[in-house]
Amino acid sequence: MTSLSDTAVAGQKPLLVRAAVVIGDIVSRPSGLIGFGLVVLHIFLAIASPFFVPYDYKEVSAQLMLQAPSAEHWFGTDHLGRDIFTRTLLGGREALMVTAIATPIAVTWGGFLGVLFGLLGGRFDDVLMRVVDAFLSLPWILVMLLAVVIFGSSSQVLIPTLGFFYGIPVIRIARAATHDVVARDFVVAARARGQRKMTIIGRELLPNVLDVLMVEGAMRWSWMLLAFSSLSFLGFGVSPPTPDWGLMISDSRGFMSFAPWAALAPVVGLSSLIIGINLTADALAKAMGIDRAQKAPL
Amino acid sequence: MTAPVTTAPVSPAPLIEIEDLSIGFTSRSGATLPILRNIDLTINEGETVGLVGESGSGKSTLALAMMGYLKGGLRVLNGATSFRDRNTFELSTQELEQIRGGELALIPQNAGQSLTPTLRIGAQIGEALKLHSRIEEADCPARVIELLSQVRLPDPEQLVERYPHELSGGQQQRVAIAMALAGEPDALLLDEPTTGLDVTTQAHVLELLRDLAANTGTAMVYVSHDLGAIARVSDRIVVMYAGEIVLEGNSRQVLRTPVHPYARGLLASIPKLADARLPVAMDGRPPSPGGTGAGCAFADRCALAEARCRAEQPLLQKAQGGQTVRCHLQEEVAHLAMPASATAERTSIPDRTPSVLDLDDVAISYARPGLLDQILGRQSNATPTVDNISIAIRKGETIGLIGESGSGKSTILKAIAGLLPTKNGKITFGSNEALHSNVDKRSNDQLRRIQLIFQNPDDSLNPRHTIAEILAQPLRLYFGLTGDDLRARSEELLERVRLGAHYLERLPSQLSGGEKQRVAVARAFAADPELVLCDEVTSALDVSVQAAVLELLKQLQEDQGTTYLFVSHDLAVVRALADRVAVLYQGRLCEIGPAERVYALPSHPYTEVLLGAVLEPDPDTAPVLTAEDVVELSPVANGCSFQRRCPRRLGAICDSTTPPLQSDDKGHAIRCHIPREELLALQSQDHAQGDATSPRLTQPGL
Repeated sequence: MTSLSDTAVAGQKPLLVRAAVVIGDIVSRPSGLIGFGLVVLHIFLAIASPFFVPYDYKEVSAQLMLQAPSAEHWFGTDHLGRDIFTRTLLGGREALMVTAIATPIAVTWGGFLGVLFGLLGGRFDDVLMRVVDAFLSLPWILVMLLAVVIFGSSSQVLIPTLGFFYGIPVIRIARAATHDVVARDFVVAARARGQRKMTIIGRELLPNVLDVLMVEGAMRWSWMLLAFSSLSFLGFGVSPPTPDWGLMISDSRGFMSFAPWAALAPVVGLSSLIIGINLTADALAKAMGIDRAQKAPL
Repeated sequence: MTAPVTTAPVSPAPLIEIEDLSIGFTSRSGATLPILRNIDLTINEGETVGLVGESGSGKSTLALAMMGYLKGGLRVLNGATSFRDRNTFELSTQELEQIRGGELALIPQNAGQSLTPTLRIGAQIGEALKLHSRIEEADCPARVIELLSQVRLPDPEQLVERYPHELSGGQQQRVAIAMALAGEPDALLLDEPTTGLDVTTQAHVLELLRDLAANTGTAMVYVSHDLGAIARVSDRIVVMYAGEIVLEGNSRQVLRTPVHPYARGLLASIPKLADARLPVAMDGRPPSPGGTGAGCAFADRCALAEARCRAEQPLLQKAQGGQTVRCHLQEEVAHLAMPASATAERTSIPDRTPSVLDLDDVAISYARPGLLDQILGRQSNATPTVDNISIAIRKGETIGLIGESGSGKSTILKAIAGLLPTKNGKITFGSNEALHSNVDKRSNDQLRRIQLIFQNPDDSLNPRHTIAEILAQPLRLYFGLTGDDLRARSEELLERVRLGAHYLERLPSQLSGGEKQRVAVARAFAADPELVLCDEVTSALDVSVQAAVLELLKQLQEDQGTTYLFVSHDLAVVRALADRVAVLYQGRLCEIGPAERVYALPSHPYTEVLLGAVLEPDPDTAPVLTAEDVVELSPVANGCSFQRRCPRRLGAICDSTTPPLQSDDKGHAIRCHIPREELLALQSQDHAQGDATSPRLTQPGL
């Protein structure tokens, strides 16, 4: 048991202390340790890699085209003779930056509406949830392509677009979690006591819904990374010569048969990050006492 | 050679043998923690054995181990179990599948969840037949019907076409029993098969199981926390504590003269119908897995414990009356008198005492008018869930509200708390202060004076709040306390419910069930209330813990003069606490009056049925089953609410006219068409014909 004494009576634990407890719980599980380690490694690389990459990522060389891995070029070179190791290290920066901003946006607005619908209930909730269902039925990749074609593929466009689309499923999750909590006796007890509505929402409801939203946010983050990379792969995301995993996979597709390393390196980069996030989300769910395995999302 | 004619006691062949079995798990810190420790147990052919213990004692783990099943994370540390000389944990999956469901069948606690919701009853049982019996496909339907009749389900021909959700809990449990019988098993494992059922249904299911065991010669292992149920079905009782067998012996011996102090404490903590005093609580709590030291696991809670008990683990040894016991001091225990309640008989609350709360002709309806009715401005004319409830609750008394599930007892509490609108009638607080039916429209002071305690503290305490925060909420809301005052008052409240100030920083998940319920009690008393509404507050707790919580409630009432409205389905618990009792059937009042009168004759026929179905941990009492345990979907519109099940039904008058409330001069009222004198004569006669020795009903007082 962690030492939790000496906090003020009736006060919640400071946020940092609670976060430390949760992270401690995550890394105490083998899968959580691996997942959390991968996520931390990727964030570190995204921030620090420009300072130590061996080559210039846009240095083109006709002599070095599609070279196999060697002592000079650990992961070989691509079809323009650029160092793949350098480009892989740098390739997650844009994706991580965009999704790391878009995820909180998605969770915040989706969570807000979900809790609101869950609390209001009745006809209002019935009608609005059908609107949500209609949005969920749209093929998101087509809609996003449309948005990118109309507004361009800068991060100023991608962040709100991803944030909007990935917030919609969050509405459902937040609404379901709200329904669960509202029916529980501690909320009934607070109502019977005559607590003010805002106190009930803030003190009784939100702490329990936020846990679900955090786990949901982690899951959405990994989906969003995949969506971002798909856009880049299709040529609508990051523009060359900026290094990006999706774009690198797309570029090296044609040489896969004789230069597989060119595609393999960005694939490893992308999948290790997504696996890391998923493992962390699972460990987070266990640490918070909400097991994702028991509650299928959507 | 001639066959022996006399029924000489043939030595029974062992069916399930457990030798030195230990089961445990590896904790996250890497330590191996045992759940079961060195269990030795033999179940013979045709024998019924009751495994009893409180939650966490390992009884379910042991029962599942008998069929070679371990819950996730558990492993066998030592020893073996065998079924018909085959080591269960060494069998292949196929061999296990042969045994399970075929030779050894399990009846789980919640039959509603163990039946497949999308399969018709006939198909489910048919499937079990296909897997576990060798009968021809063509004979299946007939056999299904035979099985359903065997478990005494009405209209089996029609029942096979039904889906599980169309059946009541008791009927579902019977279907589960029929499925288990499909493979004509040699042994049935029953894991709390009647927990969660209504008292009358439970009594019917237990009688069925008893008869099945007697007629088919199937061995039964009956796992339960309820000694009353165990007493009814078992030849032999095994008492478990902290993963060990502490006492084993034939039912009569274990229930009458147990030689283990834990079994004595357990028996004393069970409230009895014939005793209007509080049961004796047991101090302390069971050790957690791995938390037992070198000595006896029960030493910390044992009043007799001496140095030897803490230093040396007692071994199982023979004791008086053929019991086997794990106790160093068994000989001394055997000579002790059974612990008796120290609380005095209650002094009755005078009739003239002013009431704190008056319910006057209250009706509550869940039915919401349909869309068309709303447009036309029509009221819903569905029969209300609760109707015609008039109760005056006097200051300082405890009034018990008894009824089975669906009787509307919790609904009435919610309406008093302002959480449900009333359809009709008035709720008056104090002398003449009308209470608004919506909690939001009540004054802060009115809110403070009425507090609620819920059934399940896991649900009523916010898992994200520390105990300090939980207690601070009413203190801030009603008294505006902050800082040191708040802390001092919180600590005082924890002391009052016998928890220390060190609990303040803990989260509910770090507390045991009983401790959590104490916190819930402390939260209610933080408001300094006049009336506390208790909604089944002890039914989620173990018996020994229940006794302690009842004692606490009683103590708080004596200190503060609080009034309780105590809702429960358990007649014995209500008997131990209540001054006056009201009996509800389908939201209608059947009988109300001083507890000693309600529990005596004459009774409303429904009260009579309920009292008859109560199971007591006494080998000499048998339940009296008079009414069918069928479900009724909605309350009747006209006449007596109990008309469809009443064993003393008169005729058409019961269906058409609401019976009059017949009162006597002591404030005891029965709502029945049969005159009181006639009811008394009828019931005394039946009572005398039944078992005259039965202590379940006190003698009629006139």
